[in-house]
Amino acid sequence: MALLEVKHLGISFGGLRAVDDLNMSIEQGSLVGLIGPNGAGKTTAFNLLTGVYAPSEGTIVLDGENLVGKAPTEICKSGIARTFQNIRLFSQMTVLDNVKVALHNHVEYSLAESFFHLGKYSKKEKEMDERAIEILKVFDLDGQADVLASNLPYGKQRKLEIARALATEPKLLLLDEPAAGMNPNETQELMDTIQLIRDKFHITILLIEHDMKLVSGICEYLYVLNFGMELAHGEPTDVLNDPKVITAYLGE
Amino acid sequence: MNKKINKSVIINVILALVAYGVVMALIYGGLLGRQAMSIIIPCCINVMLAVSLCLLVGFLGELTLGHAGFMSIGAYAGALTTNALDLPPQIELLIGLLVGGIVAAVFSLIIGLPVLRLKGDYLAIVTLGFGEIIKSVINFLGFTGGAKGLSGIGAYSNYKNFTFVYIFVLLTILVISNLVKSRHGRAICAVRDNYIAAEAVGIKVSKFKTMAFVISGFFAGMAGVFYAHNVGILKPGNFDYNKSIEILVMVVLGGMGNIKGAIIAAVILTALPEVLRSAADFRMLLYAIVLIAMMLFNNSKFRMAMIEKRNLKKAMSIQKEGE
Amino acid sequence: MSLINNLVEQLINGLRTGSIYALIALGYTMVYGIAKMINFAHGDIIMVGAYALYVFAALLGLPAPVCILLTIIVCAVLGILVERIAYKPLRNAPSLAVLITAIGVSYFLQNVALIIFKATPIPFGSIIKVPSIKIGGIHISGITIVTLIVTVIAMAVLTWFINKTKAGSAMRAVSEDKGAAALMGINVNKTISMTFAIGSALAAVAGILFICQYESLSPTLGALPGIKAFVAAVLGGIGSIPGAMLGGIVLGIIESLSKAYISTQLADAIVFGVLVIVLLVKPSGLLGKMKAEKV
Repeated sequence: MALLEVKHLGISFGGLRAVDDLNMSIEQGSLVGLIGPNGAGKTTAFNLLTGVYAPSEGTIVLDGENLVGKAPTEICKSGIARTFQNIRLFSQMTVLDNVKVALHNHVEYSLAESFFHLGKYSKKEKEMDERAIEILKVFDLDGQADVLASNLPYGKQRKLEIARALATEPKLLLLDEPAAGMNPNETQELMDTIQLIRDKFHITILLIEHDMKLVSGICEYLYVLNFGMELAHGEPTDVLNDPKVITAYLGE
Repeated sequence: MNKKINKSVIINVILALVAYGVVMALIYGGLLGRQAMSIIIPCCINVMLAVSLCLLVGFLGELTLGHAGFMSIGAYAGALTTNALDLPPQIELLIGLLVGGIVAAVFSLIIGLPVLRLKGDYLAIVTLGFGEIIKSVINFLGFTGGAKGLSGIGAYSNYKNFTFVYIFVLLTILVISNLVKSRHGRAICAVRDNYIAAEAVGIKVSKFKTMAFVISGFFAGMAGVFYAHNVGILKPGNFDYNKSIEILVMVVLGGMGNIKGAIIAAVILTALPEVLRSAADFRMLLYAIVLIAMMLFNNSKFRMAMIEKRNLKKAMSIQKEGE
Repeated sequence: MSLINNLVEQLINGLRTGSIYALIALGYTMVYGIAKMINFAHGDIIMVGAYALYVFAALLGLPAPVCILLTIIVCAVLGILVERIAYKPLRNAPSLAVLITAIGVSYFLQNVALIIFKATPIPFGSIIKVPSIKIGGIHISGITIVTLIVTVIAMAVLTWFINKTKAGSAMRAVSEDKGAAALMGINVNKTISMTFAIGSALAAVAGILFICQYESLSPTLGALPGIKAFVAAVLGGIGSIPGAMLGGIVLGIIESLSKAYISTQLADAIVFGVLVIVLLVKPSGLLGKMKAEKV
């Protein structure tokens, strides 16, 4: 059974059919791409998967668990984490705290212990610090732990967002245009990092991207969306040479 | 990391003790006139109010204009309790404080729950509305003394009981400072910075908004109890929109997410009017101008340029480190 | 029979109060729709209008029509000034900052009035000398008639202006999308200034009608009606002009009936209760539309 099974997923906004009859089957441990021209409904699909929007029809099943109707916080607990198209960091908090927030539900102590910094507070804070630094090390951000997130250069902000998502210990990681605004060197570094975290953390990754070098470089399977509908799916070499797909991107 | 924390704890303890020593010396050394003595407790009350509001405005990032309403609930609840009891003053006050704080917290919860879906402008207006509703209802109810007021409240928190009040001020500061540096505090700040991202990492926005409201309301309620036992008589009109604004000014002036700033601003803005007694009308005008000026300055091109320059410097040094 | 008469009189009172709320609410809703901010100081423009009328009529003894015109001009100019000085610099700032600034402006206006005119309420004889009428057993005061007529005219003129003039469509464009409007060649700053001017002018009219009704001036006279008018704007759907009108009337009637049949002290609580209920049940109000945030 695949990790993520999406069947006949659809949503309408007023009269606009933003996503229509989307079907995806994503195997555990795979690295899958979701591509398509701008406005095709890719981010909307992510929003559906993470509970930001409730679908009009269709089912989403993660590891046997139905996700439709669940709130974003519950879906996070069920095991999906994401990054955003327009970076959404906790701008007034440090790099370290951004990751520690994501560990909130994984390293716990009571409110009373928060009020008085007694009991398990010190021990658990230390644990959180260590776990957060460990994740930041993967992205080479541990040296900037005390820097304010908004002071980071753009490329590092994107990495921090991924680090934060990873801290929630997801089964499935959704990356929304992780390479946006990166130069070829940074993109290559990102490609390596994405494969590294897939292997190191044993997670499944679904990413939205426009950068075809990244897509063809690391994705094992692709889904193509156009006007909210599935245009094609398959292995990158097949999909990227499909005349329908080429037309969709380049126009008639 | 730990060394840093311990150092600041020691500094704060010393500051707290020094402040206590100074005030006690002023009181018992006969260095202050009657007028000056009478503002010591109001300073403490306003510190509690400002720090508790700071949690909402500075750390949760939501503007609420009904803070005085929770103060009034606590004040009335506490006063009614002590009026009904016949025990030694310290004990009555202690019970009154607990009752006042808890009742105010309960109302924060009741009011907070439905209201917390709202954001920004709407939340501000609704809290203002609730402040007015509370005032109306207190006016209307018989047992609160209505418009005539609730009188005969024991003078348990005047300057003679400074130590008792000071302990609670320290408690307020301690709890809220600690909260902000804990996982719950971080969650609250995450809600402020980006509520959508917060939900995406498992932070339930409504839960933490409620938490902030209830904690803030609790301390506002206790401040209200001290207020009641300081002035001896309560009238619904004391706790209006203007009072909420006064506290807001303290928090804004202190720098929104800055507890120490809020404390200093609260003390200064409580003491200053007494110093500027004659210019009472101008005081409020000055408040207004200060509010506007602060907001304009904070967001001005000048400050933005300064911040950008600082950011650029930091970013360049980070890049250098990476190389 | 007299019970019905009483009810009708209360309804008419409600219509009158509601009309004033509607006039004020129009200002709120226009500014919110176009400048995307709640102008907390709007209620205090009413107070400025009332005092201005007092100065022109009672202190300077100018003829009534001149006073009215001057009052409207004073308020319109004040609205433009406030926008330019306090709000324009914060157009891209977080909304918390604008809200606090607006509160500061509101406070500023109240305290300037306090310093100039002192806190003691100043009595003021109405300059609108229209006789009252009696229909059936129901007594309708002259000021009520004038208020209702003026409000209807104001609403009609505003609706025509928004829908049928170039300036009006510029306002609608700016409220939809500031950036796009600018690209279309619309002078956004001028449009926003005009919005504030019109809103403040309406507030001035509300202030004139208010003061001729209640005949007593104090620096805080605008605060409570202002907040209630905001409730009316939210009730009707903030950003919607017909909504402001509807919300104002409905709220005025609710308040009037509450005052008459439930309790004067609780009437305010009920008005704010309406606000809470609307925001919980249908935040977009009776006639408004919600804009979803892009994720």
